[in-house]
Amino acid sequence: MGSRASTLLRDEEIEEIKKETGFSHSQITRLYSRFTSLDKGENGTLSREDFQRIPELAINPLGDRIINAFFPEGEDQVNFRGFMRTLAHFRPIEDNEKSKDQNGPEPLNSRSNKLHFAFRLYDLDKDDKISRDELLQVLRMMVGVNISDEQLGSIADRTIQEADQDGDSAISFAEFVKVLEKVDVEQKMSIRFLH
Amino acid sequence: MRPVSGVALLLGLMALPAALGQRSSESHKNSNESFAIVSFKWDHVKEPYIIALWILVASLAKIVFHLSHKVTRVVPESALLIVLGLFLGGIVWAADHLASFSLTPTVFFFYLLPPIVLDAGYFMPNRLFFGNLGSILLYAVIGTVWNAATTGLSLYGVYLTGIMGELKSGLLDFLLFGSLIAAVDPVAVLAVFEEVHVNEVLFIIVFGESLLNDAVTVVLYNVFDSFVAIGEANVTGIECLKGIVSFFVVSLGGTLVGIIFAFLLSLVSRFTKHVRIIEPGFVFIISYLSYLTAEMLSLSAILAITFCGICCQKYVKANISEQSSTTVRYTMKMLASGAETIIFMFLGISAVDPEIWTWNTAFILLTLVFISVYRVIGVVIQTWILNRYRTVQLEIIDQVVMSYGGLRGAVAFALVALLDEKKVKERKLFVSTTIIVVFFTVIFQGLTIKPLVQWLKVKKTEHREPKLNEKLHGRAFDHILSAIEDISGQIGHHYLRDKWSNFDRKYLRKILMRRSAQKSRDQILNVFHELNLKDAISYVAEGERRGSLAFIRSPSTDNMVNVDFSTPLPSTVESSVSYLLREKAGPVCLDMQALEQRRKSIRDTEDTLAHHTLQQYLYKPRQEHKHLYSRHEIMHSEDDKQDKEIFHRTMRKRLESFKSTKLGINHSKKLNKIHKRDRGQKRVKILSQGPRCKLIQISNEVAFFSFPLDLEFSESEENNDYETLHLGKGVDFLANVTKQNFTDAPAGKNIYYLQRFFSPLKYNKIFKSENSQEENTLLMFEGLEDSYMKEPQEKKMLLDIEGNYRSAAARRVQSRRSFHRPKPLHHPKLQKLASLPASCHVPPHSLEQEETQL
Repeated sequence: MGSRASTLLRDEEIEEIKKETGFSHSQITRLYSRFTSLDKGENGTLSREDFQRIPELAINPLGDRIINAFFPEGEDQVNFRGFMRTLAHFRPIEDNEKSKDQNGPEPLNSRSNKLHFAFRLYDLDKDDKISRDELLQVLRMMVGVNISDEQLGSIADRTIQEADQDGDSAISFAEFVKVLEKVDVEQKMSIRFLH
Repeated sequence: MRPVSGVALLLGLMALPAALGQRSSESHKNSNESFAIVSFKWDHVKEPYIIALWILVASLAKIVFHLSHKVTRVVPESALLIVLGLFLGGIVWAADHLASFSLTPTVFFFYLLPPIVLDAGYFMPNRLFFGNLGSILLYAVIGTVWNAATTGLSLYGVYLTGIMGELKSGLLDFLLFGSLIAAVDPVAVLAVFEEVHVNEVLFIIVFGESLLNDAVTVVLYNVFDSFVAIGEANVTGIECLKGIVSFFVVSLGGTLVGIIFAFLLSLVSRFTKHVRIIEPGFVFIISYLSYLTAEMLSLSAILAITFCGICCQKYVKANISEQSSTTVRYTMKMLASGAETIIFMFLGISAVDPEIWTWNTAFILLTLVFISVYRVIGVVIQTWILNRYRTVQLEIIDQVVMSYGGLRGAVAFALVALLDEKKVKERKLFVSTTIIVVFFTVIFQGLTIKPLVQWLKVKKTEHREPKLNEKLHGRAFDHILSAIEDISGQIGHHYLRDKWSNFDRKYLRKILMRRSAQKSRDQILNVFHELNLKDAISYVAEGERRGSLAFIRSPSTDNMVNVDFSTPLPSTVESSVSYLLREKAGPVCLDMQALEQRRKSIRDTEDTLAHHTLQQYLYKPRQEHKHLYSRHEIMHSEDDKQDKEIFHRTMRKRLESFKSTKLGINHSKKLNKIHKRDRGQKRVKILSQGPRCKLIQISNEVAFFSFPLDLEFSESEENNDYETLHLGKGVDFLANVTKQNFTDAPAGKNIYYLQRFFSPLKYNKIFKSENSQEENTLLMFEGLEDSYMKEPQEKKMLLDIEGNYRSAAARRVQSRRSFHRPKPLHHPKLQKLASLPASCHVPPHSLEQEETQL
């Protein structure tokens, strides 16, 4: 299955990705074949349209936001490295990683990075704060249509109130982390990638 | 009160045949003498009459049960039916001391089981089923063999110690009994699982297991039955080997028969275009034939009909008409549900017969203990093995539900009733034990499984009110995760699936599907496509309502979707907390944990309200919200609605973001103008009906016009990038709708302004081919405004039209008059669309209602 993919992917590249993301060799080749199958333009990068062709994403309320998260600031192509870097956020934290990586750079799949990924989906203007407007937008995406704007507004207000500590009517990343401290983010934001 | 009146009615019905019987014999005597104008012939109609009466009784009983939701919520219907059966059986027996009605194996296997299994197969969520096939097979084959062997051997072991007293049975009899009691019953399991609502993976595993293990049971049963027949002494190694071989032959053979018949059925349904009325009949007859054929060849009939249903569904659904498909759906559900009702009732009735009872406390109790214990052990061991290979893990709670959900049912009973008393000396004991086991599992476990699940779920989570933030972000995490899964293609065996879908596309579809149906793709794409059509209509309708389509083009500055006009009226009731609470207490709410916590915490009203609102309206992540299969309901699910809503939004958003980026920055290649007239032999189909698909065009300034919407779909089959094309197709439609679409009908010349939004590939292809074939048919415009400047003449004409058709009514009338020329409708979905009432004229919320009918 991965034979074609692995011939196209150079070994040293795999090594680098392995180092950076922590994926295993077989996971990388598998994801590479997925990458190439998504890449309809066959130019080694994915565009937004390539992502938008995944049918399930169109019925995911946050689909487009998540697609955007794959693209670095201001770019509209993502290569395999970038693709893997984003996916690496969702790698489960393995037992041996918990102790090992204390002194090295923080791995992409750390709790804080997972949270930051989610935080960035809200924070459109990248000011490291979720404003009421930004929250409202996401809320609107995530709820059914039978809910009135006032209700939604009051929910947004309450949500912010609940998390807000410094009284700026916005949720900073620190506040975001704090309010979710009891949530098992490590587990909720991890998927088992196929080998 | 109600059960009592029901009982009175039933009593009356019971007494009727007896009374009639007497009268009829009298009338027979008299009729010898002279010609009777009217004669009373009870004997003549007796059998079908009684059958019909029983069915009526069972159906009426169902009505009675559902009069009270409180009862059915606590007690599973299957248990109620068994109790009712016991009760009725008691009455009949008290009346004439004769157990005349019982569930005979013939009736069960030939008439009651096939519809249930066919229903399960035909509505099987294929993707999920094949995705989990490995696990299902393991549980079904290994699990059943394990259950049979351990139960049989343990019972035999205990028997040797002498606790059970003297039984005229050898090891083989015990193994035979073990094999028939081993299988989890699809009827019973489904009946209970439907009410418990478990996650989709668990559901499909238990459901699939219960379907497939019947085959295993039947084979084991046959093997041991013949072993018992030839006697213990004569069973040699070769015989055992034969048994194992026969297992594979029987199961694989049954599957093969099913697949062959599915092929036949699909093929036949391809040619039923002109006999729409009997179309649904083919589905039932051919599937039933597969069952009988397998039975005739002594292969596994259950597997045959299951796989017939599983394999044909895709092609049949594509081939037969919408109405036939509805008919098939309803008939199948009706038959299956009816059969199930009768089975449970007759299980109850059959138990009332002193003839069949023999009591042996040790044997019966030990059987109950063994089947439960070994089921648990089997599940735990197998799950442990499976979890090492599975992407989606089966958790402890799943294992508990699986172990506890191992209900035995009518299959075991029918098999035990088949036993030959001459060969199996302890038949009576086996029958009694089976009945006890079935009753115990269905009634006791059925009653307790729901509270158990609830208890476990509550138990598992800490008792803490989740914060709003946690709830909201938690749900966001779920969505993110499922999106990442979709992107990284996590689900299932892609290599095999790809191979299969290739094969399917290359050969099977071409043979088995109508030409028109071949084009409609995978289900999800179909849904896509339909959604797109509807979305398009609602755009048009909304445009008409507002008198302009300007709302589409107003580029929203924020990334948020603007008004969702598919929104029904703003909810007026939801602000009442009690309403919400009531809503949440309904069967829809499966989040027991939330309910539980709600109950425990006292919060201010507003906060509770916020929580409730969120709870109720937050979209569910994909994994949770899919409802898979229900024997009793035809699902127009909530999920569909949710999918639609989200899809609408997504598409709208993409449209907007496309516009805001591309329209703003890059004007070239935006609008393409094609002279339709000149297309000639091109394979572009025009699908339009004047009054229906009317699209109002608005220029960016003020004017708006009304034109028939000419939709076009490229059907270029030479296009090798077919997949992309199709994927893009749904999206393209939307683009088509918003494209600038001008017709100068009076001059007999249609000009298209095509705007491509999402699928550059496709449009490029079309345009390329058109360019190559006829030059100058394709004109590029900088934009609509520019087009006015460039072609003043045309502008003038357009403005004329505007002057003519200013009012909506006038527009409508005009368009009917002038554009009502019949055009061929080639696209199946569009045919559907065309068969809608003139939907463009109704406000969007009524459109919404129509969607559900589609």
